[in-house]
Amino acid sequence: MSQLQAISVEVSLEDVRRVAELANLELTPEEEPRMQRDLNAILGHVAQLAELDTTGVPAMAQVADILGGEPDRTGAELRPDILRPSIGRAAVLESAPETDGRFFKVPKVIER
Amino acid sequence: MNAVGLTIDAARAAVAAQTTTATALAEQHYTRIAKIDGPLSDGTPGDAINSFLALTRDRAFAQAERIDQMAARGESLPPLAGVPIAIKDVLAMRGAPATAGSLILKGYRPPYDATAVSRLEAAGAVLVGKLNCDEFAMGSSNENSAYGPVRNPRALDHVPGGSSGGSAAAVAAHFAVASLGTDTGGSIRQPAAFCGVVGLLPTYGRVSRYGLIAFASSLDRVGPFTRTVRDAATVLEVLAGPDPLDATSADRPADSYVAALDQPVAGLRVGVPAEYFEEGLDPEIRAAIERTIDQLRHAGCTIVPISLPHTRYAIPTYYVIATAEASSNLSRFDGVRFGHRSADSTTLSDMFRHSREEGFGPEVKRRILLGTYALSAGYYDAYYAKAQQVRTLLTRDFLAAFRACDVIVSPMTPTPPFRLGEKVDDPISMYLADVYSVAASLAGICGISVPCGQTATGLPIGVQLMAPHFGEATLLRAAQAVELAQAVPNS
Repeated sequence: MSQLQAISVEVSLEDVRRVAELANLELTPEEEPRMQRDLNAILGHVAQLAELDTTGVPAMAQVADILGGEPDRTGAELRPDILRPSIGRAAVLESAPETDGRFFKVPKVIER
Repeated sequence: MNAVGLTIDAARAAVAAQTTTATALAEQHYTRIAKIDGPLSDGTPGDAINSFLALTRDRAFAQAERIDQMAARGESLPPLAGVPIAIKDVLAMRGAPATAGSLILKGYRPPYDATAVSRLEAAGAVLVGKLNCDEFAMGSSNENSAYGPVRNPRALDHVPGGSSGGSAAAVAAHFAVASLGTDTGGSIRQPAAFCGVVGLLPTYGRVSRYGLIAFASSLDRVGPFTRTVRDAATVLEVLAGPDPLDATSADRPADSYVAALDQPVAGLRVGVPAEYFEEGLDPEIRAAIERTIDQLRHAGCTIVPISLPHTRYAIPTYYVIATAEASSNLSRFDGVRFGHRSADSTTLSDMFRHSREEGFGPEVKRRILLGTYALSAGYYDAYYAKAQQVRTLLTRDFLAAFRACDVIVSPMTPTPPFRLGEKVDDPISMYLADVYSVAASLAGICGISVPCGQTATGLPIGVQLMAPHFGEATLLRAAQAVELAQAVPNS
């Protein structure tokens, strides 16, 4: 599939439902057509990226990617590995919706 | 001493000379917040600017007392001693609410401080409270907050900009001498322009992101709002520097940003990018920016026409990369460890979906869906990989331009602040409001918005300056020249 073809695809209601499932979102029947409309409008605007020939252009995932310098692979720039206390369990569990004091509690994962 | 018009140096000097106390300064600011910002959740009435989501009185007064005791003992005071500063609600403050403007984090109180927060406090700042913002910093008008929109203190029926709308409004309304905001695609600079204050976007990696609730990690940055350029330099000097808790913080110490302000701007090469002055730019803003360029020329700068040829691709690139990263970052909100959990779920997967459905607002859902789509099988190369390549081209544009100039000057926003409700039903038109801000975000360079006049109806106008990676000293120097020129009418 060429990039241009992929980018001109129209988002269907079925696509919206599939992506919502991937993202663990549950949309209401009112939200679905609205999201479909918005996604198509935004992706229509994004489609102009296909005009650009990016053959051989490296991807930039991080700002440091382009500031030059080979990443250090010797470990010389790593901090010393020293044990240090982290945030205590009690303080973390205080924020939890449900806990038994040791673990986060969640609804049953497996039936029976 | 009055809260209105106070600068960092004036506040600190008055506390040091004991002509006022840090406690009295905090009281004055809280009185003003109670009178004008309310009604707050505690029932306090007011003008309903709605910039604060929580006040942190106990912590503020404990710190103020420490500072007052230091002053009474005649000790030398740290750079932000006694200065009231407020924090955008996407940054963690131990024990205080951190909602990120979202229902999904309602009631969450993080057990730790963000590095930016602890550095401010270590430098003597009095942290007065947490500030309203667009949900998860996603928005350009602060209308996406689950806790109600913020009003622009300069025009109450207009938006303050976003996503750091509360941070800009609080400084503009003199509720704090400075504030912290965050900027992923313009969220410090655009609200600064809309509210008539200074907003600084430091270079990516310059200020630690530890304790920042992540939106798009390769773009998110923390920076200050202030009423003067000098104050921005003072706060940056406190915030900047490596942090072992953030692997993307740069391993280089802070520069002497305040001292650099004393160097003249004469001889500085100021680039003017043609692509930032094309159609769509409001005529009053165009005139204000052209006047600013003239002022810089009169100050001895050399004006250099430059080109940033890929500028028109910045918005689509940004909305692919930012939403892709957001879809990944926001997967952590699942009702297990913190925040909202849906009450009526019998299985784990139902609990995830219901908690997210109830907790996230429409703009956050829209961006999660878009990001998930762009990363999904069959579309990854066409959208995400492509956008990452175009990000390289946009960054190369800046690197090439900075061979010919030291700073770049441009409009900050295409229009003045718009009215509340004007754009809420049109996501594309809202996204296009970021047209001049997102390229610097993608490239990782530093930028600043400085007030440079107002429209005929009195709405603030901001000018954007941009400088190379870690070029904050030069950036702030040029910004101060712009600020000085405003003080002289028709110069």
